[in-house]
Amino acid sequence: MFFKKTSRAIGVHPPQNKGTQGMAFVEVNGFKTITIPLNLQVGPGCSALVKKGDPVKVGQKIGEPLGHWSVPAHSSVSGTVVSVKKEILSNGSVADLVAIESDGQQTLDESIKPPAVTDKASFLSAIRDSGLVGLGGAAFPTHVKLNPPDGKTIDTLVINGAECEPYITADDQIMRTRADRIIKGINLVCHYLDISRCLIGVEDNKPEAIKALNDAINSHAGELKAGISVVSVKTLYPTGAEKVLIRYLTDRIVPENGLPADVGVVVLNVGTVSFIADVIDTGMPLIRKFVTVDGSAMNRHGNYDLPIGAPIEDVIEAVGGAKEPIGKVIMGGPMMGVAIDDIRHPILKHTNSLIMAGEKGAKIPKEWNCIHCGRCSRSCPMMLMPSELDMAARQENIDELREFHVMNCIECGSCTYVCPAKRYLVQNIRIGKNLYRQAARKAAK
Amino acid sequence: MYLNVSSSPHIRDSVTTRRLMGDVVIALIPALVASYFIFGVRAIILTLITVASCVFFEWISRLIMKRDNTIHDMSAVVTGTILAFCLPAGLPVWMAIFGAFIAIVVVKEMFGGIGSNIANPAIVGRIVLGMSFGSEMNSYSVIGTLAGETGTDLVATATPLALSGDQAASYLDLLLGRHGGTIGEVSAAALLLGCAYLVLRGVIDLWIPATFVVSTGLFMWVLGHDPIYHVLAGGLLLGAIYMATDYVTSPTTTKGKIIFGIGCGLLTGLFRGFAASPEGVSFAILLMNIMNPHLERWTRLKTIGGVDYVA
Repeated sequence: MFFKKTSRAIGVHPPQNKGTQGMAFVEVNGFKTITIPLNLQVGPGCSALVKKGDPVKVGQKIGEPLGHWSVPAHSSVSGTVVSVKKEILSNGSVADLVAIESDGQQTLDESIKPPAVTDKASFLSAIRDSGLVGLGGAAFPTHVKLNPPDGKTIDTLVINGAECEPYITADDQIMRTRADRIIKGINLVCHYLDISRCLIGVEDNKPEAIKALNDAINSHAGELKAGISVVSVKTLYPTGAEKVLIRYLTDRIVPENGLPADVGVVVLNVGTVSFIADVIDTGMPLIRKFVTVDGSAMNRHGNYDLPIGAPIEDVIEAVGGAKEPIGKVIMGGPMMGVAIDDIRHPILKHTNSLIMAGEKGAKIPKEWNCIHCGRCSRSCPMMLMPSELDMAARQENIDELREFHVMNCIECGSCTYVCPAKRYLVQNIRIGKNLYRQAARKAAK
Repeated sequence: MYLNVSSSPHIRDSVTTRRLMGDVVIALIPALVASYFIFGVRAIILTLITVASCVFFEWISRLIMKRDNTIHDMSAVVTGTILAFCLPAGLPVWMAIFGAFIAIVVVKEMFGGIGSNIANPAIVGRIVLGMSFGSEMNSYSVIGTLAGETGTDLVATATPLALSGDQAASYLDLLLGRHGGTIGEVSAAALLLGCAYLVLRGVIDLWIPATFVVSTGLFMWVLGHDPIYHVLAGGLLLGAIYMATDYVTSPTTTKGKIIFGIGCGLLTGLFRGFAASPEGVSFAILLMNIMNPHLERWTRLKTIGGVDYVA
């Protein structure tokens, strides 16, 4: 063939709008009430360990995980529990929500101390106890990711610093200022999981981050447990998608319905891996998050260090307020983020940005007939044909959905972004995926 | 507070159907200007009437069918312009309006409007007109000055494809349009200028026009004709650049486009070399339009990492 399919870059170039690039993290505190959902991640969630009226301290465990996939929840402030009740979360699921009224003291819980880590098992349980989930956006529990099923050998650790979504610069800032922690975290993971190679993928629009990482590698050269290299990848959305990044960096193809572990790779976000270094050193659980706050409706934009559970409404006020009526709030990037329905929802563990669009930016374009221009197919990083998937999903044609590999779609949104007829391709493909899953479940019975 | 909720992505590219169609109209303007100098103001008037009737027919048929109006997407303007470009400048106006009716109402709107037509509306419009009004559709005229004659009278000539020997036009005549033909097809240079604009704006890529033109030229060369003459003369460039690349009726994948272009080229060569009619581009494109759904199925992309379902 003319090109190597695995490493060929396919994608789109949305306007980057990374106006917050290089802005230091500003710590924001003083939220009166915070609300912490007890299932911030994939899995069955937690049962509440506190009840109304209980005093809590910073870092105190307030939710006990219910299954192997769950991680505990911790309080990010000290104060008093005002309520524990079921509520609908920003992603549509229902969970127990613990509301804590802050006393403003930020008293640390006494139980927080560096964990005793000696082997892989204690390393993984320390990570689980810290409540860590993938901070890149998918919130997949890290201790599960780092413990692949028997028979799967991991030989490569891929660190995702691509940050291909427009607006977000939090990961960029983490790489610039916390490169040492990233290298330390990689060292720990490679040591306990016995991985010999680590590749850090960073888009070439972040030269400062690449330099900081290289400097950190050089200054720690003597103590590295694995061969770490920083790979500069072309700036192209969606390079930061897990399957795509693995393909660019290692030439390996994760099969449809498969996991990176199937091809001997585990992928961690730069935020996740730097947090691993922190938690092994201090034992402080995951209670704060680096978040980019931006959007045309905001007075100011910037990178902030926010307590998990802070209501978005209060965050907007604390960072300068809105200059125009907010029409849409996106948690995550504009390409894959979730538009939330209520600004009282809290900051979650995997929230990496908040984008407040004005009423103009909130407009949803009307969709017209498909003109078969083929732009969606040409922009698809998985080389799917989105317009056909869209049709099959609208017709609820399960056979075609299967034949067209609907489950291989990574929902990056490139097709919908380029569509001149403004068709809701990804939305319908998501519906198609659900139809396919339901049919598969029925067939399995 | 009222928040808008929608599925991601939350940003969209600025390219719209209207912009793409607008670009095609802009690309067609050089050929329209050339036609003014070759055929006079009558060419412009006929084009405007055809465009206006296409837009009107689209508006009225959407109204009757109780569907959202789509005339703002400019596709009717493109169809009208291309249809007019396939007509001789001296054609009676009512015939042009009849062609617009066939193109828009019968071929486009009855199949569901933009995106759903099985063949290029302008091509079917031209073919129906050609079959219904053979003599009018084949009487071409040029203004004397540019055709090398004295005076400004309209001089009736034949399409260069029907001429032979020393009657034939030179390459320069073909490039500039100093010969008989329909409104839009005569000036190869103007059409190529429009093509360059479309490619630069990313509206079309060169796979279909290039394979179409090259395979026609090769076929004619094998048959013992002058390939460059056959590329420049007649409706080949107009068809290859503006009609065969119609999104709706051509494949979306590169592989499909190559097969489509070669198929068009071979059929054109076949019609020009062996059939009674000197022109074969429109029939070639029509036949390949009909093949398009099959080409799409045969050349479907193979997804990266796809696992085939085993029952």
